[in-house]
Amino acid sequence: MNAALQTFFETLINGLAVGSLYALVALGYTMVYGILKFINFAHSDIVVLGAWIAFVLARSLGYATPDAAAPWYAGLLILLVAMTACGAIGYAVERLAYKPLRGAPRLNVLITAIGVSLFLQNTGQLSFLFGASPQRMPSLLPDTPLLTVFGARVSLVDVVGAGTAVLLMVGLEYLIFHTKLGRAMRAVSYNTSVASLMGVNVNAVISFTFVVGSALAAAAGFLYSMKYVGIKQPADAGWVMLGLKAFVAAVVGGIGNIRGAMIGGVMIGLLEFFGAAYVSTQYRDVYVFALLILVLLFRPAGLFGRATVEKV
Amino acid sequence: MTMLLLEDLNVHYGAIHALRGVSVSVEQGRVVTLIGANGAGKSTILRAVSGMIRPSGGRIMFEGKSLSGQPPHQILRLGLAHVPEGRGIFANLTVDENLELGAYQRSDPEGVRRDREKVYELFPRVKERLKQAAGTLSGGEQQMLAIGRALLARPRLLLLDEPSLGLAPQLVQTIFRIIREINAQGTTILLVEQNANMALAVAHHAYVLEVGAIRMHGPAADLAKSDEVRKAYLGHG
Amino acid sequence: MTRVAPQLDDGPAAWRFVPRNLAPLGAALGLALLMHFVFQPAAGSFASKLALDIAVNIILAVSLTMVNGFTGQFSMGTAGFMAVGGYAAAAVTYYGSFRLYGSPNPPAGILSAFGDPTGLPLPWLQSGDLMFVAACLFGGLVAAGAGYIVGLPSLRLRGDYLAIVTLGFGEIVRVVLQTSERRLSNAEQIAGTPWPKLLTHLGGSLGFTSIPYFTTLFWVWLAAVLTLVVAYRMKRSSYGRAFLSIREDEVAAEAMGVCTTKFKVRAFVISSFFAGVAGALIAHQVQSINAGELGFQRSFDVIIMVVLGGMGSISGAVLAAGVLTVLPELLRFMADYRMVVYALALIVMMIVRPQGLFGVREVWEVGPFRRRAAGSGAPGGGAT
Repeated sequence: MNAALQTFFETLINGLAVGSLYALVALGYTMVYGILKFINFAHSDIVVLGAWIAFVLARSLGYATPDAAAPWYAGLLILLVAMTACGAIGYAVERLAYKPLRGAPRLNVLITAIGVSLFLQNTGQLSFLFGASPQRMPSLLPDTPLLTVFGARVSLVDVVGAGTAVLLMVGLEYLIFHTKLGRAMRAVSYNTSVASLMGVNVNAVISFTFVVGSALAAAAGFLYSMKYVGIKQPADAGWVMLGLKAFVAAVVGGIGNIRGAMIGGVMIGLLEFFGAAYVSTQYRDVYVFALLILVLLFRPAGLFGRATVEKV
Repeated sequence: MTMLLLEDLNVHYGAIHALRGVSVSVEQGRVVTLIGANGAGKSTILRAVSGMIRPSGGRIMFEGKSLSGQPPHQILRLGLAHVPEGRGIFANLTVDENLELGAYQRSDPEGVRRDREKVYELFPRVKERLKQAAGTLSGGEQQMLAIGRALLARPRLLLLDEPSLGLAPQLVQTIFRIIREINAQGTTILLVEQNANMALAVAHHAYVLEVGAIRMHGPAADLAKSDEVRKAYLGHG
Repeated sequence: MTRVAPQLDDGPAAWRFVPRNLAPLGAALGLALLMHFVFQPAAGSFASKLALDIAVNIILAVSLTMVNGFTGQFSMGTAGFMAVGGYAAAAVTYYGSFRLYGSPNPPAGILSAFGDPTGLPLPWLQSGDLMFVAACLFGGLVAAGAGYIVGLPSLRLRGDYLAIVTLGFGEIVRVVLQTSERRLSNAEQIAGTPWPKLLTHLGGSLGFTSIPYFTTLFWVWLAAVLTLVVAYRMKRSSYGRAFLSIREDEVAAEAMGVCTTKFKVRAFVISSFFAGVAGALIAHQVQSINAGELGFQRSFDVIIMVVLGGMGSISGAVLAAGVLTVLPELLRFMADYRMVVYALALIVMMIVRPQGLFGVREVWEVGPFRRRAAGSGAPGGGAT
């Protein structure tokens, strides 16, 4: 009985911790889709860069050695730097690769996004950048269990990770629903040309969206590598899988729907971990994919939908 | 004084030549209307003026400054607001948020509040529904919101695209009364309409468009009497 | 000049894309024999291997053109379908050899002979060759079935959903195949295991090894030309032409309604079939197949051929397949940068020449040959 409860709570904790990170990534997909109506394939690569930039920082600050305990602010510092750097990368990607294609057929934008994704992966893997072999993220937090629920450890990393993710999402929620800029973002997402008639600088809003989405992705990448310290090389398929799950989260939540993406992320995290714990570990990636197919078949607008009429 | 001047304006949509050398002038303080059949190019003129599309040739001058190549948000800053065809309401935002967006570029909260009061006076219905999602408004209410929203940008020239489209006859009367009122308060108006009867009644000057070119123009009252216009656009036999 | 008429309501059945007369088959057979008996001995083993890779890439690129070029959809699942087809075919020949011949070495004729075939004292065809052909077809059909399952839900939606679903599909296939049971190698055990059970023993994370050798220049070029014929017929069908003219105009595509979905699904299923066949051919050339090596990078290799060649140009895809197979051999010294260069090429191409080198035109419809082709009423020239 106790063992069963322990498994349940361990699964729940892990599902929530990882799900909140999926949610962070899903937000980037959903925001870009909401405005530009295309799947930003390169978004998962921003997650990768976030993780790797964080790793390089942690290593260069000397936390890679076992006896150099990181000060409490190290993680925060690394988080902010990684978010800023990836925000800048997101900005550059939008300006250089996507902006020239405004108004181009969707397929071309999609191909460009795939090109950008490949470019980021394979450039990141070059020997003078991050290299093509996995690395180990130094631990920035003491490995102390905060509390145990029926024998299931709630570790500091999980709490900090999920807590940061929730804080960021609350911040984003405020930005989008309670600020002038957020209002402009929603307006652009609903009808770009009318938003420009209101005096909204559409290009600036799009750039800003990419910066915010990329910064959140960087945070997710960093937090993920704090939990799973083995950082895979940039072009590893595992990253693609992570991006794919986040994308499924966005679709499940109704792509373009900010709150839907948050809920969808947590749902995907729970589905993955409960499926792995109670059905089969080997097929943990398959559940998510099966859910995507089901949603596409029966509720293409997502579980929480978004009542947008496609503009002609 | 000429406020808006279009000279030899040409617009292409791909291979389609939508505007062929159109020249229009709008005097300050007036209501000028563009009438014509569907597809004659009326809306295209407004879109070119507000920067939504790029003309392939010709000049657009607003108060002596060229608008060519300027993005819509810059043009709005010069004092020129456009209520697009189909009203362009943000259905996912509340009525209040729609109005906020109308004043997006303004940084004088006090002035915005005063202008809001004016808008509420013109459209009491809008005030009643501030917290509602704009998508739930009726067609007439949406049109009122669209016009009110544009007024919050404090335009000196207001471009209105088919404000009466799809509205019940009584509402059409109201909208045109309000257009006259806005004009009386000092805003110049360039009005695109299919309802030529009403448009000619409210306008000082009118242009008749046919397949992308100006067919004739003159004082609205004169055009309303012209046989040709009566036959083609006013439904008189 | 394309007719988008109401009589297109149900569209051509898939078999309509199979050629009606034997002339294309004869041409395919002729070229395949030529490659096998004349080119191979003359060119030597390195060039022959390259020619083999080119043919496989032609199959892949042309099959992907059917989806990404003709229908305006975007599949990223080529590697997944290759894996499905390759494993299915490998299971048939490997376990089939044990079942039929009691050993992992089925009898093969001269057309399936390794190395220089001239002067080998072998019959033209043996029963093992037929098993191999059947295995390739089986691999193709299994891949086509997978294509149907994946394509049906996503093709009803917009183009980018197919991209993400096929990407996911590829990864799932990899996971599933890599968690399969180990390959059986004991003849008695194989004889005592029923077929459905055998199909779960696919080698797991080690990949499926010890596959009998069959794939020669003859078979790949035969398959390549047949792929070309089917693709060409598909493009020239009334549906294909209608699609090429409207694929970027979503309103017009909507107006075509349900029938577009049917054609899209059909194109996708046929495309999956050929990708599966290509996977089967590779498996019987390398003599092993590992899903771990058929990741999405492999799909990207094919995508870039299609995009560079022109979204919708069959000959463009063929040309790009040829060039991009040879190029890495010449640029071995900068292997690390290959994907970086490809990626940049993709991005720059979309900005500078989004329709690819040839657009939807065929090579002979461009440049100096253009006048001749214009007279014969070549399709697609006016598509934007």
